[in-house]
This record gives sequence, structure tokens and C-alpha cells, in this order.
Amino acid sequence: MLNLFGSKRIRGGVHAEEHKSLTSAQAIATDFPLPKRLYIPVQQHVGKPAEPVIKVGEQVLKGQLLAHSQGMVSAPVHAPSSGIIIDVNEYPAPHPSALPIRTIVLETDGNDKWLESILVADPFTLSPEDISLRVGAAGIVGMGGATFPTAVKLNMGRENKIHTLLINGAECEPYLTCDDRLMQERAEQIIDGVRIMLHGMEAGDAIVAIEDNKPEAFAAMLTAALPYPFISVRQIPTRYPMGWDRQLIRYITGLEVPVGSSSSEIGVTIHNVGTAYAVHNAIRHGQALVSRIVTVSGGAVIKPVNVEVPLGTLISDLFNFCHVRPDITARIIMGGPMMGDSLPHINLPVVKATSGILALTQSELKSADEQPCIRCARCVSVCPAGLLPLDMANNIRNNQLDAAVDLGLKDCISCGTCSYVCPSNIPLVHYFKYASGEVMARQQAQHKSEQTKRLMDDRNARMERIARQQQEEEAARLAAKAERERKKAEQGEAA
Amino acid sequence: MIASIKLKMASGAHAGANTSVSEIMTQVMLAIAPATVLGIFCFGWPALNLFVITVLSALLFEAFCLRLAGRLAKPVLMDGSAILTGWLVAMTLPPWAPWWIGVVGSGIAIILGKQVYGGLGQNLFNPAMLARVALLISFPIEMTTWANVAPLFSSHAPNLAESWAITFSGIGSFGPVDATTGATTLGFVKTEFSQNRVLPDILKDYSGMLDVIGWTRGSLGETSSLLLGLGGIWLIRKGVIQWHIPVALLATVTVLSSLFHWSDSQHYLSPFVHLNSGALMCVAFFIATDYVTSPNTPAGQLVFGAGCGLLVFVIRTWGAYPEGTGFAVLLMNSATPLIDYYIKPRIYGRNRNGKPIETGHIKQERKP
Repeated sequence: MLNLFGSKRIRGGVHAEEHKSLTSAQAIATDFPLPKRLYIPVQQHVGKPAEPVIKVGEQVLKGQLLAHSQGMVSAPVHAPSSGIIIDVNEYPAPHPSALPIRTIVLETDGNDKWLESILVADPFTLSPEDISLRVGAAGIVGMGGATFPTAVKLNMGRENKIHTLLINGAECEPYLTCDDRLMQERAEQIIDGVRIMLHGMEAGDAIVAIEDNKPEAFAAMLTAALPYPFISVRQIPTRYPMGWDRQLIRYITGLEVPVGSSSSEIGVTIHNVGTAYAVHNAIRHGQALVSRIVTVSGGAVIKPVNVEVPLGTLISDLFNFCHVRPDITARIIMGGPMMGDSLPHINLPVVKATSGILALTQSELKSADEQPCIRCARCVSVCPAGLLPLDMANNIRNNQLDAAVDLGLKDCISCGTCSYVCPSNIPLVHYFKYASGEVMARQQAQHKSEQTKRLMDDRNARMERIARQQQEEEAARLAAKAERERKKAEQGEAA
Repeated sequence: MIASIKLKMASGAHAGANTSVSEIMTQVMLAIAPATVLGIFCFGWPALNLFVITVLSALLFEAFCLRLAGRLAKPVLMDGSAILTGWLVAMTLPPWAPWWIGVVGSGIAIILGKQVYGGLGQNLFNPAMLARVALLISFPIEMTTWANVAPLFSSHAPNLAESWAITFSGIGSFGPVDATTGATTLGFVKTEFSQNRVLPDILKDYSGMLDVIGWTRGSLGETSSLLLGLGGIWLIRKGVIQWHIPVALLATVTVLSSLFHWSDSQHYLSPFVHLNSGALMCVAFFIATDYVTSPNTPAGQLVFGAGCGLLVFVIRTWGAYPEGTGFAVLLMNSATPLIDYYIKPRIYGRNRNGKPIETGHIKQERKP
């Protein structure tokens, strides 16, 4: 009976309303007018922020290094077009907080002139390590939204001797079609990127997984992969969150990634189709990651479309291009409607993680009228991670964060499936994000107080030691004095 | 232009499935409506009186409690849960029961069964079953006086005026109680067993088909196993309830009754009689599946359903009461927190003890 939860390959999930047809039938727009100014944050990836290597006033070419990666897990950023650096300062980050982040501002000169680079005739003659280096130098990060530096992942795959490279073409978020269009229009380049990645990781086989609501993309990828028997293209059921890497790994391989481990430890590495495309550009054309395809969609967008834009383009420029109606826009989201972040305003730049920008009307949003939990357990049955969202939320509401952690708070992936199905409109993910932050803050506070206590203890011990030393010295001094006086007296007596 | 956009910030998911609490309640009401309508048709105006009184008093008690708590009554009443509770209480009552049975039943269900715990979603026991059991123990005569089938507009059915007399002055006002009432199938069998009669003889006049359709003595809305079963299946298809509890419950009763009936058909009722009598179908699909008082996980729900089925069979077969569904559900309700504590889903990447799972990956030899 307990095996009910055991070996099933897809667990939980929902079939959310897709809204993909708004943009899935139109070609990627490449006529986006080059913005006058580009705002390039030095951190567009997981890891340490990059360090600027240019000065204000410097002339740069497209693809030129602007900021150098720092430490083991980091990624550089490059000039998305040619022009002059006019500022390196703090500007709002494309994040719900819009807190300031170090940003390089580039005034474009309109020439869009690439930096010359030396191309390799055959990337397969390069050593795998060299592939990683070049991918790292091109600033490539996971393009599905996770933005983990790709080179680090290639190295991990190589070190763990993985057998399968999974290419994620699920694109399970509603509205988003940037991967769909990329696969339809640039399948050969993606497959080439996959081959290069296989070489870079010294892995044998690749499987491209595409949700079955994208038959055109599947057909294009199938054709492109035909000459390469070691690359298979597979259709997977359309069920959010199929694109969650660990769900996809379980579906394709039947294996689960242990908590606290990376997927390469079970012999699998997963990359997004957009990442494979970026790898192709970097290795074949020597181009750094300076642009991406963004889905601009939603009920408030008059001309919804996928558009290729330079990184650092302001969302306001995108909205002008796609004609967004401000009067009916109720929420602006970066990413998809399930996991995306709502943004406070639109003077924020497109970054490497920006798969989509949605301008949604009130009727497309979930009702905010929160009602009591009726314990219908829909959240339990849809949770892909096997958690009990209703009990976790209950504990958090009662400020019993430890109980929520015991129920698996740290295993929550914030996929939003529970919030999506909740008939009482309880913002479950909001509770979990709050609690995770709070737990982390408490741990830090505890760490700090322990640190302080340790320092205090050290200081007390040191002071005690010093006092003891002084006492001993004093005692020794007194003893010596007494000895001296005794000797003196003895001498006097003798005299 | 663009700076004037008024934006609301929120965490995901920004989109939502189009279900609401009131919609779920409405769907359950739709599913029980056919059986209720049939019950009202079979037992006439007195049944309608009782139904209306019970539902209205449930609403009044709910509003009263909300006012006591200093909350606005209207938005909560609109969620439909109080109507549904009153409705379910009415379905479990003998159709010609006096008005105060309905009022007391609703009062127990809403006040003691729901609001004292803090309202919707907080209660430990199913409110309707709590009311049913409390009434059965407190008022055994009224709760076991079963009107004969007397369909609306038929010659021997009470007219509107007579129905008011039945509801407000008791069954006796309509005629000799012996002539207008009788025993339910389960009650009859239990009494006859005590007279040392055996089954084929006891049930020689039993017509199974009438119990399936619902043309038989019983609670107001519980007589038709067919309509209740169809309503339940519709709810499962709509995704309002899961199949685990009804299937486990009905399967357990079927298996147990088959085993005993097969070994001694003189003293143990057949699975057919069990499935089509009393409150079993109603409880299996509409009471035991109550979200609030049943376990959260599919495995937990199977355990819960099987437990209910086992208790129903035990109480019916060896207990003092002919029908045991109310007690069975309440007992299993009390076990629900325990079931939920012990049966939890396995978290991705962890084993059942919460430890990370072992990897089977052996680093491959590098290809030459």
C-alpha cells in the first residue's frame, strides 16, 4: 500500500491553462530596435558577482568582457552591443524587491559591432577542459531560469563521469514559448550545442525531452538529431512542473536524485535547450552570451511575441515594442505565472534568466480572497516533491517553523502548484518563502550569537590567563624579594 | 504613461485553477440532490418540511455563532458549507421526524460539530455524523420511527395540512403509527435474528431492487443506493473527491460480508443487502470523504476507508444497533490525526525515514 508513493515516474503536478498559443505560432522577432542604453547587472547568475574590468568612458565592442567572474562559482558579463560605458553604479535589480545591484550602463553607438575572435575549425579537436573554459569565458549560465554557471556543471559532469546528458525542452510554464520557438527555428544549432556539451563532459548519450504540447518543436528537433544516433528526442507528458530538473530526471531515468546531491552523482546532468544554443554560439562563432529570447505575453499585451533582445534591455523598451496596455495591467511577472517573480515597476533590465515578461490582467490572476483551509488535500496530491503544504502552512501560521522544517520545508521547490490548485486561495508558496527566509535568518542569528559567545569565552579565558600569569609573576617577584631579603639578613648576620 | 501602472505584488503561483470552496460545496449538493429529491418524493410533504427546517436552522446557527465570534456572517454563509451540513443532517433523519429533531440535529452539527472548534476546516468529527449519533442516543424512538413509502400526490400520502401536523405534532396525528410506519431492512433483520429466525426465512419478502432504487423505508435521503452511487461516481469524475475512501470502504464491507455469508448464509447478510441498505452508500461517498475529517494522503485514505468498512460490518453484525455507519465514521475520524501522523508521502530524494536515498551510480570508465 505504501508503494502507492513508490515507483511512480510522475508525481503530482497539474495541467495548467497553457495560454501558449498567444505566441507559439509566430517567428522570433529579430527586428527589436537597439535600445539607447543597456543596464547590465554584474550578477546575473548563481554565485559571486562579477567584478567590472572597464572604466566609465571606455569604448567597448559587442561581446567584449565587461566584468570578470570571481571564484569557483561565478560568470562574467559582456557588452551586449558596441558603445561607451557611461556609468558603473547601483541600479534596481530585476527582482520583486528592486533593491540596488551593481550595474554597468552602456550607451550604444548603433553599430552593434562584434569583437573579433579567433574561431576553431573543429570544436571536437579541443580538449573537454578547453570546452568548459570557453563556455565559462562566454558567460553562459543555465538559460531555463536557474542561471547556474554552465561551465561548472560541465566540469561536475566530467568529474562524476556521467552517462546521460538530459536536455530540458519541457517549457512547462504557461505563456512561455521562447524554448518552443527556439527549437522550431534553430534546432540544428541546439543539437550542435548538445554534441559539443557531450564532448565537454565526455558523456555518451543525450536525451532531449519535449512536452507533447509542442509537436512542431519535437518534429524539428527529431529531424535535426537524426544524423546522431546517440542523441534521442523524446516527447513527455504535458504536466507542470515537468521541467523541474529532478522530476524530468525521474521521468526519463526512473531514478531520483538524493537530497543534498547534484544530479551528476547519479550519472545524469541536465541542461536547458537555450543553454545548448548558447554553447553552440560560443564555441562555433566565438560569441559570448549577450542576448536572449524573451516571451512577452499576457492579456495586457497587444502584440504578444517572442523577441530576441540584448541583455540589459529595459522592460519598458520591451513593452513599447509589444504595445502593453498599462490601464489593464494588474501584475508584471518576470518568468512564468507559476514560479515567476512579480516586479514592482518596469524600469528594470532583461537579464540572462529572463525567459519571459508577462503583463497580466486582473482576470488572469488568481483570486486574492483567502478563505479557511478545508483540508481538501489537493495541495498534497499535486506536490511534486511529496510534501504536505497544508500542514506546513498551518505550522508556519502558528510560528512553529521547526515543525514546518520537519515536514520538509527545505525540500520545497516553490513551484507554485499547491497555490495554483488551492480552492481557498491560500498563498501557500508565500508562506513557505517567508518561513525559509525566517529560518535562515534565525540560523544566522544563532550562528552569530554562538560566534559572539565563543569570542566572549575566548576573551574571558585570555583575561583569566593573563591575570593568573600576573599573579604568578607577582608571587614569584615576592618570593624572590623575600629570598633576597633573607639572604641580605643572613649576610648581615654573618657580618 | 507607463509609470502610472498600479501593480500588485505577490508570490507565485500568479495563475490559479478555477475552483473555489463554494463551488466544491455546490458540486457536492448537486451530487446528493437526486437522492434527496427522490426521498422527498417517496415520503412526501413531511419530508420536505423537515428538510427545509433542518437546512434553515443550520444557516441560523451558523450565523449566530459567527455573530458571537464578532465576524461578518454573510461572506461565510455564502461558502455553502453550512447549507451542506444542514442538508447532510436532513438526509440522515427519519423522513417524518418532528421539527425539533431537525433543529436539534442542525444545532449539534453546527455548534458542537463545527463552530466550537473554530469553524470551517477545524473540526475533528464529521458534523452530520455527530448530530446523527447524538440524536440516535438521545431520542431513540423518534430516530427509529420509519415512515412507509407514501409518494407525493398518492392517495395514502398526507396532504400539505396533514404534513404540518406530522411535522409539528408528531406522526400520531396522521393516524395509527403502526399503519404508517415500519422497520428498515437492517432493523427488521436484527429484530428477527433475536427471535432466532434464520436468513432465507427472514428475507423471503425482501425485494432487493426496491432498496437499490430507494423505494423503501429509511432515512430521508439515504434510501437509494443507485442514485447515491451515481452521484458519488460523478463527484469522483469531477475530481471533487478521490476514489480511495469509497472504494476501500465498500470493498471492505463487500469482502467481509461475502466471507461470512459464504461460510454461514443463515446468520450473515449477503454483500448485496449490506451495500444497498441503510446509510452505507451515502456515508461511503459523501460523509467519509469529508475533507476536514479524513486523512490527507491516498494511502491514509485507504486505511481510513477500510477502517470505516470494518467497523460498519462489525457493528451491523455483532453490535446492538442495526446500522453502524455513524459510529464507524466518528471512530475513524478520531483516528485521522494518527493516520496522518504515521502515513506521510515520501519526499523526493529521501527515503521513508527522511534520509537522503542511496545512489546506485558507479562512475563509468572513461571511454577511450
